[in-house]
Amino acid sequence: MSRLSEGNIRLANEIIGRYPRPRSAMIPLLHLAQQQDGYLTNDAMVHIGELVGSTSAEVYGTASFYEMFKFEPVGKYLVNICGTLSCALMGSEELMHHAEHKLGVKMGGTTDDGLFTLEHAECQAACTEAPCLQVNYRYRFRVTAADFDSLIDDLSAGRLVDEIPAHGTVARVAQHIPRDRGVGAVPPESVTEAPVWLDGKAAL
Amino acid sequence: MTGTYAHAPGFIVGDRPKIVTSRFEYEDSYTLTRYLATDGYQGLRAALSRPANEVHDEVRTATVLGRGGAGFPAGTKWGLTPQGVYPRYLVVNGDESEPGTYKDRLLMERDPHQLIEGCLIACYAAGLSQCFLYIRGEMALAQERVAVALNDAYAAGYIGKNILGTHFSVDIVLHWGAGAYVVGEETALIESLEGNRGMPRLKPPFFPAANGLYGQPTIVNNVETLANLPWLMCNGAEAYTAIGTKTSPGTRMVAVSGHVKRPGVYEIVNGVTTFRDLLYKDEFCGGIRNDNELKAFVPGGGSAPWFTPDQLDLPFEGSQVGAAGSMLGSGAIMVMDETTDIPAAALTLTRFYAHESCGKCTPCREGGTWLERILSRVVDGKGTSADLEQLIEVGTSICPGDFPHASNEKLGLTAVPFPYKMNTICFVGPSAYAPVNSALVLFREEFEARIVKRHTIPVTAVGAAL
Repeated sequence: MSRLSEGNIRLANEIIGRYPRPRSAMIPLLHLAQQQDGYLTNDAMVHIGELVGSTSAEVYGTASFYEMFKFEPVGKYLVNICGTLSCALMGSEELMHHAEHKLGVKMGGTTDDGLFTLEHAECQAACTEAPCLQVNYRYRFRVTAADFDSLIDDLSAGRLVDEIPAHGTVARVAQHIPRDRGVGAVPPESVTEAPVWLDGKAAL
Repeated sequence: MTGTYAHAPGFIVGDRPKIVTSRFEYEDSYTLTRYLATDGYQGLRAALSRPANEVHDEVRTATVLGRGGAGFPAGTKWGLTPQGVYPRYLVVNGDESEPGTYKDRLLMERDPHQLIEGCLIACYAAGLSQCFLYIRGEMALAQERVAVALNDAYAAGYIGKNILGTHFSVDIVLHWGAGAYVVGEETALIESLEGNRGMPRLKPPFFPAANGLYGQPTIVNNVETLANLPWLMCNGAEAYTAIGTKTSPGTRMVAVSGHVKRPGVYEIVNGVTTFRDLLYKDEFCGGIRNDNELKAFVPGGGSAPWFTPDQLDLPFEGSQVGAAGSMLGSGAIMVMDETTDIPAAALTLTRFYAHESCGKCTPCREGGTWLERILSRVVDGKGTSADLEQLIEVGTSICPGDFPHASNEKLGLTAVPFPYKMNTICFVGPSAYAPVNSALVLFREEFEARIVKRHTIPVTAVGAAL
């Protein structure tokens, strides 16, 4: 149960500063908390509420709407197998059965060693490469049973740590707007004038 | 030249005009270096060399149709903002999640600077003072590539204060979702961007162009739509409209998946290329797998009513596809061959939409769930013939009246044109019914076969055992 670390508070404030209203930073901050702890702790959600000026109930209300946020620990590797039409047409159901057998858990379950959580996912936008899956949101395309086995073996042996970070980290690169280059966000009510470049003249 | 770029899995090249995928052939297409070496940010220069209203006019003249699903022209959309109300915002819809669709993901992963340049052109033309680039939460690589591109473009002076030394200044903020299909709907996207549950708003009054983000005029544009703008600014509306047809100019990215020999994402000439071309020509999918018979196909993403071989000669053009009873949607075709279990295929889509209902509108929240349950038991061979009527009844409570469907010569059906009427705020509810209705109208015998099977179990068995 942890609040955001000092480093993450700095990042959180940087993110909040980009929006005209702090509450817009809610989802990015929830990702930040999940990156820190692997899932969303109550303390982190209370802390996010303090940072963006919302109640913790509002933070939970938003967070609980979205599939990616987890409220209890999941495996280090979240394996999402797509089951929507294009993948279903190309054998995703068999792949899911195979995955359950290989990992010894049902869909939604986590292996005893805490390494893998298996989930039935909806369309992952890789429909021509069916059946597809994501491990912590990194793709594997046209996955056969043998591919699945070697993927699990590689992950278990720690061979893919450079490519696939532990659950919670989605993007490993963040946006940073240099202080001297950014325009800065202002609350909408403090702007009434048209942007200066709408002066009927060419800008260049 | 025909083939697949190994570094852009899914994308298949050919000798067709390329507007948005011209850099995909380079392995480093996502870098600023490559972008600048291939006319990058020249469209922005061209735009800034003209007054903003002229740039807007150019986009209007080109009739750049929205590539997200509704197909509304971008130039017209920009013009719907109320006079004199500021600030105005740009929200980029990169929350691509329609079943069967992926082109925005490729555009973000393979050419993020092109999208950024498109955003800048839109902001300049329509007087939008801040841009939020909303990327689907599950697209880790796209988020990383866009983040790097934004950081590089800021450092090089293409975004932020005094762009290219002018008085044009705008920030582009990378925002990302957390997994919710409905957020692809523009008002839900705005709710999500305000830090809320992503539930659609009523239109009216919440037409984003008038009353969007923070209640301000807001333009929501799809990634592919904006990616067209740099080319348009460099080459002009005349060159743009010379490709494709009058009603559907330019090109479109289309993903063809399922039972074809070469599933892939293709940039095709808009309005001209037919479904038969796409499915059968060697430069595209090369036919149905194992040379099987085509049974049905979804022409425009999971929400679209289905077509059968009767509709193969239709071009990829919105009004003709609409009159034929479906829609082009987000540019996604899913192909089912003769081996397909139609009720089970429909169930995967209905399950998707039932799962993704945000719960705001009762017909969708309850109806989607009931459609899934009933269909599920029919697929399992436990349905009754009353279930088939019940499916239609539930569907009609979501979409009153005749639901659009294709014509079919063999069945003696005439088309019911698009669009449908709906008792819900957004299209998620109707989308749960679309596959059920299509499957029931076009392949009813497959449903009845399952029910008949159930009735062959002797009902007297219970009595006999007593």
